[in-house]
Parts: sequence; C-alpha cells; structure tokens
Amino acid sequence: MKMNRLKERLKTGKFIITAELEPPKGTDIKAFVSKAEMLKGWVDALNVTDNQRAMLRLSSAAGCTILQNMGIDSVFQVTSRDRNRLAIQSDLLGVYALGIRNVLAISGDYPTLGDHPGAKIVYDLDSVQILDLVSLMNKGLDLKERLLDGGTEFFQGAVFNPNIDIIELQLIKLKLKVDQGAKFFQTQIIYDLEKFQRFLDQFDQYGIDRDSVAIFAGILPLRSAKNAIFINKNVPGIMIPQKTIDRLANSSDPKRLGLELAADFINKLKDVCEGIHIMTVGREQIIPELLDIAGFKREDITQDCIKTTT
Amino acid sequence: MNITTKKPLEEILSFIEAHEVRLAIFGCGTCATSCQTGGETQVEELKKALEKQGKEVIFTSVVEILCDSRLIKKHARDIINGSLKVDAVLSMGCGGGNAALSDMLDIPVYPTNNSLFLGSVRRLGQFEEKCSQCGNCITYRTAGICPVTRCPKGLINGPCGGSYSGKCEVDPDRDCAWVLIYNKLKKQGKLHYMLKYYKPKSYRYVLKPQKIDTLKNENE
Repeated sequence: MKMNRLKERLKTGKFIITAELEPPKGTDIKAFVSKAEMLKGWVDALNVTDNQRAMLRLSSAAGCTILQNMGIDSVFQVTSRDRNRLAIQSDLLGVYALGIRNVLAISGDYPTLGDHPGAKIVYDLDSVQILDLVSLMNKGLDLKERLLDGGTEFFQGAVFNPNIDIIELQLIKLKLKVDQGAKFFQTQIIYDLEKFQRFLDQFDQYGIDRDSVAIFAGILPLRSAKNAIFINKNVPGIMIPQKTIDRLANSSDPKRLGLELAADFINKLKDVCEGIHIMTVGREQIIPELLDIAGFKREDITQDCIKTTT
Repeated sequence: MNITTKKPLEEILSFIEAHEVRLAIFGCGTCATSCQTGGETQVEELKKALEKQGKEVIFTSVVEILCDSRLIKKHARDIINGSLKVDAVLSMGCGGGNAALSDMLDIPVYPTNNSLFLGSVRRLGQFEEKCSQCGNCITYRTAGICPVTRCPKGLINGPCGGSYSGKCEVDPDRDCAWVLIYNKLKKQGKLHYMLKYYKPKSYRYVLKPQKIDTLKNENE
C-alpha cells in the first residue's frame, strides 16, 4: 500500500503547504480542475471544503477523489453538521477506499448562516468525537468498537483558533483534540506572529505535547487597505496593525504588497510551526505568485499519491 | 414548564366546521396558565369570542393538569359518558394536554395553542429554553448549564471556534453556552470536567414516541 504522502513529507522535515479549494455549486468541475492543475506542485495537499459556511457545494468526498485522480494529495473535510454518525463513518470508509488519506474534523458552520437556513441540523458528533472515530477506524474498529472489514490509515487533523479571546478555553479544546488523536492542525487565519507564538508556548501548561502535532498556520494574503479593515472588523480576534493598513493604502500595487507581506510572514513562520494553510476565499490563482515570492519552487509531481484506480 | 403561545383566533375558527356548534373548552391550570394561554382568563376570552361567532359554549373547565388523564376523567366525565353532548372540544393546553384530552374523547379536539419548548420563566411572558429533554442529563459536569440545549450545535466537548467575547456566532445577542459553563466551572473549581473527553451521546432517548412505565422498569 502506498503511504500517506502528506504524512511522509512532514516526516522529512519539509515545510508543509496546504491550501483550501472550494468545490463548485453544481456539476461543472472545469474551474475546480483547472485551479487544482495550477496549484499542483506548489502545495503538498489541498483541502476540499464540506459545504463551507453552510453553503451548498459539491461534496468534499467527490472533490477529493477528483484531486487524487489528478495526482494531488487531498484533505477530506468532514463536518458533523449535515451527517449523523452512520453517514460520517460510511463516508470515511468510502473516501479511504477511494485513496483519500487525510481527514480534517470540524463541527461546521451553522445552517442559519448559509444558503439553506431552514435545514434540519444534525451535529450528532462533535469535532473531538470525529477524531476519536477516525482513531478507532485506524485501529480497524467502528464507533461501537466492532471490527471493520478493513480499517483505515488516516492522517487526521483538526482546527484551532489562536485569535480567540479566552485562550484557556481554546487550549482545553485543543487538548481534547490531541488526546483523541489529532496529528495536525490547520489554524484560523493569523497575522500576529507574537500572539501566535505566545499561544503555542502555552501548550505545555495544558499537557499538550507540541512535538506530537504538526501545525499549519492559516494564511490569507491581504489585497487592499479596505480588505484589511474588513478583516479586522469581521474576523474576531484579528487586529491587523494600522501601520500595515497605511502601507496598503499608500501602495500603487496593494495586491502585490499584500502577497509580499504574506510571503514575509510565511518565512518567519518557518521557525514557529511545521507549515502553512492558505485560504484565499476563491482567489486560488494568487497562490503560485505568493509562494514564488516566498521563495518556494514548484515541484514536478510524479503521481505518488493514491489514485482511485490503483 | 411547557411553553405555549396562542394561535390566532382566525386559525382556531378555521378548524371548527359549520355544523360544530355546541362546544366545550378545556384550559390547563399548570403551564398554560403560567403562559397565559389556557388559564381561567383565556378560557373566558375564547368563550366570548366563539359566542360572537354564533357558537354555543356549553361547558368550560380549567383542569389542574391537563396532561393528567385521571384529572381529565374527573372534569370531562359528562362529555366522556355522553350525558353532555358537544360537537367539538377546544383544548387550551400544550400538545401533551391536547393529546391526553383527545385520547379520552371520540369527538374532535382542536388545539388553540402552539407548543414550543420546555422553558423557564424569566418574567411574565418571557420564556427561555434551557432543557431539551434529551433523556440523559449531563449538567453535573457543565455547572448546571445544558450545552445540548443552549449551544445551537449541541456540542458536548467544549465550544466551537465561533465563540467570541462570550457570544455565540449563530446569534451575537446570545451568550456562548460554553463560555458560561467555563466561567462557572472555574468559579466552582471544577474545570477538570472540561478536560475530560466525552464519547458520543446516546440519542436513543429522544427517538419518538417515548413511552415509559417506571414501575415496570423498577422490576427489570
């Protein structure tokens, strides 16, 4: 059996780059495929979101399968908003059989915030319980701890938000996730390196072994002063300094400056965590330029991730 | 208590067919009285309103607890045994009361209220849902605050990432249940409860319809 590519790369000490790719609302996958093609070789894996912001999209399972078949490693995002424990287990077994090896467990945005506000909510499991479930499946067991006819070898991760105001509450949740088997974390977008470092420094206090988990810091390049002000106002806990906002406002090419700032930030993160997770909110085309500025090279990817057909 | 709100009169009138003239009204002396949807006053108001529409309200009663079949038997005896003939009954309780009444009678029983949730009373007319009767109470470890009910996602292993400034991402006017729990547990010196992982909850107790015979269960 071929090994998990993301996990193996992490072991080699490579600074990991993941990015988020939103699947289409519909069956036309042309744009999805061409974006993935453009990102191939730049990223180690692509996350396919699961009805992100509770907005209807093609399933993460299908999106991940398309990527695997293109030779791109994928991260299957699984929320508990829309599926109960039976459906989640069934999907996990299904995507594993199709070659998907990475799972990200999240609770999922609430339906009233999305495009089907009248939907019946599920939340049968929470993100910690999904991690517990994946850990059981990795031992060849189902949620009731009964033997599966073939288990999984998932590399499972979760999210955390270092910007949160009650840090202790976030660290307690993080500890629960680590205890239930989270091996990597993709964080909410961050702009403040010191604050991030301070957050990570507290792992010890909560009995979280920093070396047991890989952390990929959330990156969202700014595109204008207005964009920075919007983020400050709408993403809780984020305070992009006025100095940065002024620089963007006075720049003749704020988009390029935003990428340069992000690239500089990425390079500083190399001393702090194991990788980055780029979220562009639909502007995936900026990723190659961003990574180029940051000094990364596009790799010639041989199809060493698991294809559905193999 | 079971929180109810009144249906609009037009809706209630739409249930009552033209040939259903002789009517009885049953209120409830417990929850619906507290909610002002089925107490003495409301029964009297509905009676007057129906009479204005040319109906005859020939019997009214406020049953102490409308969902208790034994009390219904007492209050509705004449209707049940047929000595008092009515065409239809209006039930001013919650859904539980309506059903109990309906089970006792062959004639139509029409609800005048909508049943909303199990709530606590803050002040007159202000109710809050704090328990969703999940059948498996865990509030010993959540400082008496139920996350199954008060967290919109019903998360039982701590908050989601959408909590900020003590507020919930789903509704910024609402307190994040887990911040409330965290603060109170901390005050009680019981934060260790939050550091423990809890397996998926069994929801078999909310599968419908539930039926329980406590005497039988004691013998099992």
